[in-house]
Amino acid sequence: MTERILDHSVLGKLDTSPKVSFLFNGKEYEGIENEPIAAALLANGVRTLRRHEESGSPRGIYCNIGHCFECRVTVDGVQGMRACLTPVKDGMVVTGGGQLDAPVRDWRKNNG
Amino acid sequence: MADLIIIGSGPAGLSAGITAAECGLSVLILDEYLKPGGRLLGQLYEEPGGKWWNGIEETRKLEKRAAALDLDIRLGTAVSNIEKEDGLWHVYTDRETFTAPSLLLATGAAESPVAIPGWTLPGVMSVGAAQVMTNVHRVKPGSRGVIIGVSVLSSAIAMELNIAGIDVAAIALPKMNEVNKDGANPAGVMDSLLHVSHMAPSKFVQFGSKLMQNDFMKKLGITFYPKGGVKMWGIPVMLRKAVIEICGTEQVEGVILATVTTNGQVVPGSEQRIDADFVCIAGGLYPLAELIGLTGCPFHHIDELGGYVPLHNEQMETPVDGLYVAGNITGIEGAKVAMSQGVAAALSIARNFGRQGLDDILREAVEYVGETRRKAHIQFHPEVAEGRRKMQQYWEEYEAAQERIAPEEPVVEKEVLQGV
Ligand SMILES: Cc1cc2nc3c(=O)[nH]c(=O)nc-3n(C[C@H](O)[C@H](O)[C@H](O)COP(=O)(O)OP(=O)(O)OC[C@H]3O[C@@H](n4cnc5c(N)ncnc54)[C@H](O)[C@@H]3O)c2cc1C
Ligand code: FES
Repeated sequence: MTERILDHSVLGKLDTSPKVSFLFNGKEYEGIENEPIAAALLANGVRTLRRHEESGSPRGIYCNIGHCFECRVTVDGVQGMRACLTPVKDGMVVTGGGQLDAPVRDWRKNNG
Repeated sequence: MADLIIIGSGPAGLSAGITAAECGLSVLILDEYLKPGGRLLGQLYEEPGGKWWNGIEETRKLEKRAAALDLDIRLGTAVSNIEKEDGLWHVYTDRETFTAPSLLLATGAAESPVAIPGWTLPGVMSVGAAQVMTNVHRVKPGSRGVIIGVSVLSSAIAMELNIAGIDVAAIALPKMNEVNKDGANPAGVMDSLLHVSHMAPSKFVQFGSKLMQNDFMKKLGITFYPKGGVKMWGIPVMLRKAVIEICGTEQVEGVILATVTTNGQVVPGSEQRIDADFVCIAGGLYPLAELIGLTGCPFHHIDELGGYVPLHNEQMETPVDGLYVAGNITGIEGAKVAMSQGVAAALSIARNFGRQGLDDILREAVEYVGETRRKAHIQFHPEVAEGRRKMQQYWEEYEAAQERIAPEEPVVEKEVLQGV
């Protein structure tokens, strides 16, 4: 499990307001306004942000600073948003992509 | 239209923006991140003398100065393309297109990944990702982690995790493969740690005092290669163990460690599993120079600077008219060097804009970059000064070649025309 670092010996106390609630894959979660979606989800113990388009294997953040696009999710209908640098807002609807059909490959498996 | 567009609001970009505005230029800063500060935000370490370098505080100071100057900083704005037309730069973003006669690229650095079986599992992240989660967003990356890759950065971040109350089970090497030979063999890693010294009685003591004021490097030197590792803040640093696999089905559950020979070969039968719910990969930093690649600016590969670096001089000018660079895009160094480069770049830009009386200040600013480098507490490459010298040499060669070409230019043009 993960949790927030509320008190840090050098950085001090964490301000956890204002709180927002948002949906991820249809489930409601609480976050701190304007923290990245990925941080809000991790604070709720959610690591898997999407499934790989072809293999279906689970994926989460990798670089956490916008370079790798491993954290891509759909935010309020906009695809390909990076969860590590998109600020979470109240009422946001976030979905992680799932495995996509790969008909050509499926065909090859059975006929190759 | 602004006089100057700066891409990147890290320590280099922010410092440049402040100085340029103080010189009377109108400045627009673009950054894709949700806060200004870049990689400075996550930094947290104790400096000699016991003072903490707190990146959030340092960023706040810069932000305050920027706000007093009314700097226009657009966050959440990712730059995807750059074009030059009729002497103006067009900067394309996911929002709108911006235009200015001068452009400063301060896009910083990125981390090299190291591919290890299992590395796509949720819970595996770059070591910088764990730093940002912990220090900036204040969410624990997990409760027990393993760090793969032994370097100044990974040991600094292990300490940061430790003081945030996160358990680091071990720091170990990655399994050696075709591409990571240096970072995966104990002798290579020791070599890179050893590089630094020329004067001190003990090479390691000098490493410890010059690169990081911590016991770890010293202990590392004294105890050379113990199989169980040496302990730093209670964390075993294992130069003779490599992570050969990251285990888990839906997310990280642990890693398989194995003993490696001094040249990085796995000793069969030595595998052992340790539990962890997150893994950090430290593959090293390289200059993030993709955008500047679009401008036609020449590049040089300089190991000491971390990889491919755009050609530039000490005044932070590139050979492309109106194009400047500052910060880690010019080579991997700490935030203080990045800030001093930002100031020098802004003074160059203002001078080239026709602002009078800046020659002396610019010269001092360039000297200050060198001084900051010499005094740096963290050095990512021990021979960084040599890397800088190489770049300056490439610049001089480039200029000399231009001068040789210049007088003949009309002739060349004529020949081309005749050819057509
Ligand atoms: C993961 C990581 C951890 C580090 N940790 C330390 C440390 O502990 N101590 C230390 O001394 N140094 C550390 N460094 C080195 C660090 O790069 C320098 O200390 C310093 O932050 C460099 O400053 P900069 O302004 O050049 O770049 P950065 O601070 O990296 O800032 C660059 C900015 O440019 C923005 N940007 C990049 N591309 C685009 C684009 N296409 N569109 C819009 N914006 C863009 C980024 O979002 C970022 O905010 C670290 C570097 C990394 C990558
Ligand atoms: S985690 Fe790499 S872009 Fe978001």
